[in-house]
Amino acid sequence: MTFSPALEQRFEKLLKSYPAGRTRSAVVPMLLYAQDEIGYVSQELIEEVARRCGVTPLQVDEVIGYYSMLHRKPLGKFHVQVCTNICCQVVGGEDLYAHASHSLGLGNKQTTPDGLISLEEVECMGACSWAPAIQINYDFHHRVTPERFEQLMQAMRDGSYNKKAS
Amino acid sequence: MIFNEPSPLETKVISQRWTLPNPESVETYLANDGYVAIKKALEMTPEAIIDELKTSSLRGRGGAGFPTGMKWSFVPRNSGKPAYIICNSDESEPGTCKDRLLMENDPHQLIEGMLIAGWTVKSNKGYVFIRGEYRYLIDIVDRAIAEAYERGYLGKNILGSGWDFDLYTHTGAGAYECGEESALLESLEGKRGIPRLKPPFPAVVGAFQSPTILNNCETFSAVPVILRNGGAWYASLGTPKNGGTRLLCVSGHVNKPGVYELPLGFPLQRLLDEVCGGMRNGKKMKALIPGGSSSPVLTAAECEGLLLDYDSIAKAKSMAGSGGIVVLDEDTDIVAVALRTIKFYAHESCGWCIPCREGTTWLKKILTRFHEGYGKESDIPLIAELADNMFGRTFCALGDAAAMPTTGFITKFRGEFEEYLKKAPRDIATSVPELVGIH
Ligand SMILES: Cc1cc2nc3c(=O)[nH]c(=O)nc-3n(C[C@H](O)[C@H](O)[C@H](O)COP(=O)(O)O)c2cc1C
Ligand code: SF4
Ligand code: FES
Repeated sequence: MTFSPALEQRFEKLLKSYPAGRTRSAVVPMLLYAQDEIGYVSQELIEEVARRCGVTPLQVDEVIGYYSMLHRKPLGKFHVQVCTNICCQVVGGEDLYAHASHSLGLGNKQTTPDGLISLEEVECMGACSWAPAIQINYDFHHRVTPERFEQLMQAMRDGSYNKKAS
Repeated sequence: MIFNEPSPLETKVISQRWTLPNPESVETYLANDGYVAIKKALEMTPEAIIDELKTSSLRGRGGAGFPTGMKWSFVPRNSGKPAYIICNSDESEPGTCKDRLLMENDPHQLIEGMLIAGWTVKSNKGYVFIRGEYRYLIDIVDRAIAEAYERGYLGKNILGSGWDFDLYTHTGAGAYECGEESALLESLEGKRGIPRLKPPFPAVVGAFQSPTILNNCETFSAVPVILRNGGAWYASLGTPKNGGTRLLCVSGHVNKPGVYELPLGFPLQRLLDEVCGGMRNGKKMKALIPGGSSSPVLTAAECEGLLLDYDSIAKAKSMAGSGGIVVLDEDTDIVAVALRTIKFYAHESCGWCIPCREGTTWLKKILTRFHEGYGKESDIPLIAELADNMFGRTFCALGDAAAMPTTGFITKFRGEFEEYLKKAPRDIATSVPELVGIH
């Protein structure tokens, strides 16, 4: 498989960061960083990671189901994750999720037919004091109201979504 | 970035640089007491460093509150194996959002703390284990690590000491259980995060089967200032056996939720009224979760006069835990919070042992039914019994972490559960309607 030069560099550094004979340690980071680039964990990626880390494809495969951020299928271009855990729940997180669900017409872990947006109800993301919080891909958005959510969705749809907006 | 206004009542010790311009840069760090402690440490013996930590009464900020100096002293220094330094930045306990700020705003302080640990046990390698959702922080910490290499604080022959230390970031990929120290070590080795049998503890057999210092991100971040100003100074900020300050993450129904650094033993009431600006909308407090979602809930009455340190909160039969304080007002639906809590633990149970895997699943099923208005009177003792049966019988502490809050909710707010029985199913608005048939 071919990856971007930046990712290749990251892989090289990763494989060197563990003690001798311990390249299996790189499996999870490698899968996550590669997924960031290619969108999901494909069979081809599993075999590639196995080869690079010196383990069997089965050893790679068996960790994937364990980690909730590793996906075997592509997500939307914008993966919207709404936290409904307690700190978010008590200040409107569940309502926000319900709003998102209706507004997008998506259930949990579903993707719009055009592949633009996917939705997921997630556990605490470390934004409890600035709840309710969502993550769009890796970007945090704090104290999100339904109105703010609509603006963000509009921006995702018309291409003006700005990573830094929080 | 800081996400809430600091409070004038804070004692800024480990968060002192957060409000400076470019707080994450090495220049800012060096201009503000940075890398002074490691210079001091390099002149000290391991025993002297550990003694300083013991004097400081620093206790682990990850959850269990174990004395840090004692933990470091358990690491054998002549095992013939290399030792490792691991920072637990998996931060996934609901209610907790402080390690994020420490890494975002002062990564060099963390690096220096890990360096001091490395020197103490003559380790040559360390890893910062960061949860995958904190992807942007990995870049920030990686940048800080690169800066530290450039300045000679990491790498070969650090500050002419003849000692080498390498530091790396390592990412998780979404699993609360990987915050449990032995599951974290499995994950670091490229496996599923299934915990290990203890003992041996990580101090003796940890990362890569070698002696390991494993601490929370905030614990390591407190080490440089302790060496700089002295253990006695740090201890004096807090209360006996509860030294220093800690970051309290306040969420829920207060006017100014946020992360605030306060001395151990700070009165809860002052935190709520003065630091957090009182209850939102003038409501009354119904309950409070003092140390992350695993800690048993306290009623408003139990909160009266409470001081925020490990021992005082333990005396109130809860836990200071990870410092995540969730404030619940009089309108809060306790049954809904209990359900959401157990949903979390059921989702995060690694499935390795039966009491936790089955216990959390059944509690979730019963509480879901209950919350939807189909509860039976017999469910109340059943929930209590299930939780009670899990407690102390699971392979790792996640089982207890699920049982304790459930027991707390059902015993202290039994009346609310009983009220639920009177409601007809249609009277209860389930907040997230199931969507069917979309794709
Ligand atoms: C299920 C579970 C999850 C945990 N999650 C975390 C975590 O996210 N961060 C953390 O520092 N400690 C966590 N801990 C506690 C760690 O096992 C360990 O005690 C801690 O990292 C030790 O560091 P300290 O002594 O500095 O607190 C967790 C424990 C359990 C049982
Ligand atoms: S208590 Fe839960 S998380 Fe811990 S080993 Fe058992 S099943 Fe896994
Ligand atoms: S509970 Fe939602 S971010 Fe912590």
